[in-house]
Amino acid sequence: MDLFAKFAPLAATYRGLSERGHNPFKVSIDKILSPTEAMVEGRRTLMVGTNNYLGLTFDAECIEAATASLAEEGTGTTGSRIANGSYGAHRRLEAELARFFGRRHCMVFSTGYQANLGMISTLAGPNDHLVIDADCHASIYDGCRLGGAKVTRFRHNDPDDLDRRLCRLPDDGGSRLIIVEGIYSMLGDKAPLAAFAEAKRRHGAYLMVDEAHSMGVLGRTGRGLAEEAGCEADVDFVVGTFSKSLGAVGGFCVADHDEFEVLRVACRPYMFTASLPPSTMASVLKALEVLERRPELRARLMTNARQLHDGLAAQGFVVGPHISPVVAVRIPDVDLAIRFWNALLDAGVYVNMALPPATPSGMPLMRCSISAAHDRRQIRRIIDVFHDVGTRLGVLQPALTAAAV
Amino acid sequence: MSETYQEIVGTISAVLSSATKGQFAVAEDTLLKRDLNLDSLAEMDLLMTLEDRFDVAISLNHLPEIETVRDLALAIDKIKRGAA
Repeated sequence: MDLFAKFAPLAATYRGLSERGHNPFKVSIDKILSPTEAMVEGRRTLMVGTNNYLGLTFDAECIEAATASLAEEGTGTTGSRIANGSYGAHRRLEAELARFFGRRHCMVFSTGYQANLGMISTLAGPNDHLVIDADCHASIYDGCRLGGAKVTRFRHNDPDDLDRRLCRLPDDGGSRLIIVEGIYSMLGDKAPLAAFAEAKRRHGAYLMVDEAHSMGVLGRTGRGLAEEAGCEADVDFVVGTFSKSLGAVGGFCVADHDEFEVLRVACRPYMFTASLPPSTMASVLKALEVLERRPELRARLMTNARQLHDGLAAQGFVVGPHISPVVAVRIPDVDLAIRFWNALLDAGVYVNMALPPATPSGMPLMRCSISAAHDRRQIRRIIDVFHDVGTRLGVLQPALTAAAV
Repeated sequence: MSETYQEIVGTISAVLSSATKGQFAVAEDTLLKRDLNLDSLAEMDLLMTLEDRFDVAISLNHLPEIETVRDLALAIDKIKRGAA
């Protein structure tokens, strides 16, 4: 039996996408020009699917910090922290993140994916229960599988459903860890965190919030949804990433638990992988400083988010329920979604095409992520291109629009 | 209220028939993935619906071992008896 036989249906779908035009999973960025523009397949393209929320990838201070570190400390650590040791930058970055979140402990990981994989699989063992929002990111699901804990999903953003499912768990002495996200990456909707925190207290569970898409975006000082919702004290673990608002790569977890440091010798996705290169950490440290020093970036981001969300809604598109930097346009079916996405790219607008089962409720999405670096003229152009394509492909037919609203 | 194994199979079949809009005949040896075209998300959503129907917690870790309607019914039967 061919090892690859099981992929036959997937391979057919993948090949099929190429026959339909540009393959969304093979897009080549020939040259990145700025946080908002790139040359894509020979055309100057407006980038609206980068998660580059604060637009810091080309920030002069971040580039300068990374460049200096690169010259002084070299290109990489060539190994793990437990074997090769921790650089000063690992310690500084962990101390700065702990300070930023007002927590006692922090561990950094080489990617955001590994932060979820490592924390979840290590915290919850085979005797424990993980209770996760059904729409959680794949890294959360993979962390659940790796640790062997018992896993229960609850209906997306539904505190009553969470409560019901916590009640059903057997009284077997295992700990319970609830996991939700600050902003969900597909629809850009926020968790009703105060209600989840109440359920957590009632059931004596722990609560983890993945602030990957909400750090630097929500909260008075940019600490995310927990800060915005005023329930940081109820959140036991905050997980996040450096690859969105901080413009680089890597992940982290902050917490106050007295025994947190033991995870450094228990968490395999932390122990058995090469640690972050010093130049990356230098840019992240600088980006964190910029995030704190320039709250106007966050204000600008939300202004841009509102312009795009309201502009698309006004055209008759069905968008997510909350104003957030993720603006997802629902497209009725997969075939139309593929044509829509291709037409956008041909018109010089790059968004993320999200297809089921990676989307909630089996619904294809044109997922836009807006940046503080976009200007009003660019956002106007995104809305105009969506309108043209939507009209041409019949997504904006008056009847359809009426039915959707 | 404790359903027999056959009643559990009947409930699962009814849920599956309605979820797949009656396109498929569902029997004990029906394969969830291959016969009903359930993808990973649909399988997890099915588990969620069945948790509500039977008022039990069915951990996702059971999924890799569940191929047929029978496997699913046996797993639920076991959880229900364990909880009783």
